[in-house]
Amino acid sequence: MDLISEEKMADMTAMEKIRLILDGVKEGKIMVLEKGLTPTEEAKLIEMTMTEITPEDFAGIEIESYPSSQNQKLIDRIFRKPAIRTRLTVIGPANQLKTLKKDRDLISALVSSQ
Amino acid sequence: MGFIKKVKKNFSSIFKSLFKKKIAKIGIYGPPNAGKTTLANRIIRDWTGDAMGAVSNVPHETRRARRREGVTIESNGSKVTLDIVDTPGLATKVDFHEFMAHGLEEEEAKRRAKEATEGIIEAVKWLDDLDGVILVMDATEDPFTQVNVTVIGNMEARKLPLLIAANKIDLPESSPARIRSAFPQHPLVPISALDGQNIDALYEEIADHFG
Repeated sequence: MDLISEEKMADMTAMEKIRLILDGVKEGKIMVLEKGLTPTEEAKLIEMTMTEITPEDFAGIEIESYPSSQNQKLIDRIFRKPAIRTRLTVIGPANQLKTLKKDRDLISALVSSQ
Repeated sequence: MGFIKKVKKNFSSIFKSLFKKKIAKIGIYGPPNAGKTTLANRIIRDWTGDAMGAVSNVPHETRRARRREGVTIESNGSKVTLDIVDTPGLATKVDFHEFMAHGLEEEEAKRRAKEATEGIIEAVKWLDDLDGVILVMDATEDPFTQVNVTVIGNMEARKLPLLIAANKIDLPESSPARIRSAFPQHPLVPISALDGQNIDALYEEIADHFG
């Protein structure tokens, strides 16, 4: 399992983040991102995952993140573009990570060995 | 209708007609088997008399996005013309064994899985080219699926309108209230795309929301 800090991800481009995640997952790792991905990056990750699926070796990913939220501070809403607040995200191989239950603030998952 | 409400509605119609933009492209999104194509078929049939595509209980029956242009929906005095895009079901995994469990031969299952991955890529790409989304959720399932979270996040980030269709209310275990409490910030209409329950309320919301 790799636990990736917000600081490490902050310096990476979207494609670098996606490559890091997919390479890790294809090695069988569970990737835990402290700060998660933006919704656009999540969509890109799904797209890239689809290009790498092969029938016998890689069936895709299981990804679980909490719903993102926008900056709700009045001062920020008035004077600057609301920022999307991303949250902790867990990503793993589809055949090893299974979500049992998920709600706004709790993810319950089962991790198994291959 | 009260006087103020009437004035407000008339002003809104004049404002809309003055600043009317091009026909809005609306995508129908959701996970596989949520009922997207069933809903698309019902909308197209009700307003044009045609159908959009085939439906089945095998996941990823729709593997290519289909677009129907110029569908005019009128409801409660509001009228909107839309281009409707029925997209393949979004997913983060595609396992050909799942198709074999539905009775497909191995080769056919692998071919379908390959087409399903291409369909998902197409659905993701369409997100960049839409003016709004009808997100179809299966009201018998947990609403916090990653597909729902990702589609909603993308629409919110782009500040585009989103309407949730809580589908399958014809099934006793359905719970639109669970979806409403999960995503209270977006309008939601409980429907059965299969038997047409509450579909007029959806048309009213579409005309109001995307007009």
